[in-house]
Amino acid sequence: MSARTTTDRQQFTGSMRFLHWLMAAMVLTMLGIGVAMVASLGDYHRLVSIHRPLGIAILIVVVIRFVNRQFSTLPPFPASMSSQERFVAHASEVLLYTLLFVLPLIGWGMLSAARYPIVLFGSLHLFPILPHSVMLYAVLRRTHTFLAYLLFLAFVAHFGAILFHTLIVRDGMLSRMVPWRVRAH
Amino acid sequence: MAPLGANQDPKTRDGSGEMLGETASMEKHPAPLTAGNRFARLAGIGVLLLGVVGAFLYLGGWFSPQKLTPAGFVDEFERANGIHSGFRRNHAKGVCVRGFFDSNGQGARLSKAVVFQSGRVPVIGRFSLGGGDPHATDELSTVRGLGLQFSLPDGEQWRTAMIDLPVFPFKDPQAFYDNLVASQRDPNTHQPDPAKGAAFLASHPETARALAIIKSHAPSSGFDNAAYYSLNAFRFVNADGMSTYVRWTLAPVQPYEAGTGASQDKDFLFDGLIASIQQHPLQWRLVMTVAQPGDPTDNATIQWPAGREQVDVGTLTLDSVESEETSPARDINFDPLVLPAGMAPSNDPLLSPRVAIYSQSFTRRAGETKEPSEITPSEVRK
Repeated sequence: MSARTTTDRQQFTGSMRFLHWLMAAMVLTMLGIGVAMVASLGDYHRLVSIHRPLGIAILIVVVIRFVNRQFSTLPPFPASMSSQERFVAHASEVLLYTLLFVLPLIGWGMLSAARYPIVLFGSLHLFPILPHSVMLYAVLRRTHTFLAYLLFLAFVAHFGAILFHTLIVRDGMLSRMVPWRVRAH
Repeated sequence: MAPLGANQDPKTRDGSGEMLGETASMEKHPAPLTAGNRFARLAGIGVLLLGVVGAFLYLGGWFSPQKLTPAGFVDEFERANGIHSGFRRNHAKGVCVRGFFDSNGQGARLSKAVVFQSGRVPVIGRFSLGGGDPHATDELSTVRGLGLQFSLPDGEQWRTAMIDLPVFPFKDPQAFYDNLVASQRDPNTHQPDPAKGAAFLASHPETARALAIIKSHAPSSGFDNAAYYSLNAFRFVNADGMSTYVRWTLAPVQPYEAGTGASQDKDFLFDGLIASIQQHPLQWRLVMTVAQPGDPTDNATIQWPAGREQVDVGTLTLDSVESEETSPARDINFDPLVLPAGMAPSNDPLLSPRVAIYSQSFTRRAGETKEPSEITPSEVRK
């Protein structure tokens, strides 16, 4: 029993780890599709047809993740991290959560402002959330691109930090989030 | 003893066995890395991060600058025509219309799309002239366009952008782009270089064949008695899940009359449309041409053989006209792949690029100040 409790405390809960890796797969796919589609002619339509429903799926998952996090006990930061590092880690989490929430919302909003139909699948489509204004569309479209690049940079920093902790500091930080169970001893 | 993290649960401090075990494991520091080992690991991290950034840039086309992109395409339109603030990069000169579509229900056996069930749906649209100059002089030989948006009762939309040519001169976006470049006006003579045009035609026999088809039919005298064509093939799916490839034509109810070469006013085509629609509603029959197996669905330069089944699916009525400046149609991107369920793209290589390029043009003009249109509100009221 005590070993079990220790294991739980060292790692994020199973649902948090599942949602993390689900989100990682969705966001990496999304970043790839997003950057490829703006430069694409022949594949543009296929990519944009995935981009829209996948963005809405990310919006749904980030809300579930946020709520789930509020009801979960988080494992401690590794002892190796200084208080500054903990602050940066926390700030980057806030940034990532914010971007994952705001980017799909801006995508939905900009299509609303341009009065594009926001088709998810077949005849299923979303209602507009902003008034019809192409000027507003133009601003949101630019914001969407800017925040998407920011999300990519935040991902690279997140990936770099975990590599650094795993390969240089070797404090077992990655084991907190791996999909399988890691025993503390 | 390590300091407690902000999100560390202090309750576990009381469970002495757990805390001791955990603290022990956390304080078990790994053996220090040698300088060489540390450097190798740092280098490995650098390579991985560069790989991620490189893959991202690769997907974004950063390593293939010669590749044709939507932005490059629209840049070429802007080079050819200049930038006219707030206007479409092609088919810049236009006027907006409203009306409705009465479906007779005949299309339902081809497509389950709501628009083909019997009944009436509202339509908003825009007539246009090909080219990027919003103040161009009307000419009979200029391509005429008609963009339509059908608003279906279930909230779906069908948008289509048609032109008055039975075939399209270019089979793919590269050919379209190369022709744009070849017809670039010489800065000294202000005329396109005929040698470049001839070279383009010589290397694109399908364009020469399409132009021969186009020239065999004299343009009509106005917007109102012209036929408009979908050009691209689309895949229709009916309620039984059966797929059919179709192209559609808007056939004018107003009788065809060949245009005359007599000298005309700068806006004679638009003025003619306005006068005509103000006299009586204008009507077109929407006719689906159904492909037989083997008919090319991926080449808009080729007509399907004569005698293919024609299905008259209903009547489009346009009964009011207004300037772009007051119409919401100015701000509609007539994206040919905004389709209701039951209509889908074919494998035509022009379709996806059309969507990408229209979207690029739309995004650019959306953020610009809107300058007055050639056809002003007072011109429409005259």
